[in-house]
Amino acid sequence: MLTSFDKDLLNILQTGLPIASRPFAEIAESLNADEITVIDRLRYLKEHGYIRRIGAFFDSASLGYVGTLIAAKVEKQHVEAVAKVINNYEGVTHNYERNGVFNLWFTLMVPDCESQQKILKEIAALKGVLRLISLPASKKYKVSVQFKL
Amino acid sequence: MLDALDKKIIAAMQDEFPLVAEPYKEIAERIGISETELLKRLNDYWRTGKIRKMGAVLKHRQVGFAANALCAWIVPEERMDEIGQIMMKHPAITHCYSRVPQPEMPYNFYIMLHAHTRVECRKLAEELASATGLSQYTMLFSTREYKKASMRYFVEKRQNIRE
Repeated sequence: MLTSFDKDLLNILQTGLPIASRPFAEIAESLNADEITVIDRLRYLKEHGYIRRIGAFFDSASLGYVGTLIAAKVEKQHVEAVAKVINNYEGVTHNYERNGVFNLWFTLMVPDCESQQKILKEIAALKGVLRLISLPASKKYKVSVQFKL
Repeated sequence: MLDALDKKIIAAMQDEFPLVAEPYKEIAERIGISETELLKRLNDYWRTGKIRKMGAVLKHRQVGFAANALCAWIVPEERMDEIGQIMMKHPAITHCYSRVPQPEMPYNFYIMLHAHTRVECRKLAEELASATGLSQYTMLFSTREYKKASMRYFVEKRQNIRE
């Protein structure tokens, strides 16, 4: 269970980790706690699976990466096998089976359009893949994974 | 333009962030530069929008947000920005993109909705529909998660972290 201190700490840490020599001391100050308490608690929360990742999250487009969302129509009996092959691509970060005619949805982020074309061609050729639709973003309005605890 | 050191720093920043008093010093040592140089470059990335967030991302199921839906809408082109503004302000929405529609997939606006239950997700979508006046949308709930990983930029080998 999360204590009220944990919730305050996570709410702060979700919005900002200072880019400074002693980032956890700065967070501790705003919580009226000491640096070591903050660090210990974060280790606990990380070990117990509350925190997915701490650190820098980069904007893929500013780094020159090309991203898209792919909707795939895959024969039921082949979904699992196809999904596993798709998982092996490094640029695939999210891959979900979903309800609907297009039953497999994944994101693909690669350094250039040629790699994207090449990978999509390979996936389209997998056994059981009936159709792939690429849905590139025309505008990003929001990416902010934050949960108020 | 990114130079070789930038790429090295970006790759290193995607490793586990050290939970110690001086984490940047430890990362800088790994890269072989000074802490001052690292902090300077990171502040530059932040200022120029290359870093979109410094901080923690939680495991949403673990912290109680067990249900999520990819919700796709048909938005008239001329209302796109207006709808974008409404949707992006909503705290239950984590991702919000307009996308190029396709004949078989006519939806042109996609959001990720998070809530405690599916019923709550559906209710949120209904509220958004009535707040925006949009009536054509579909909710795609995940039935199985095959992969969810953090993107790793400028990493040579296949080593992205599975979570």
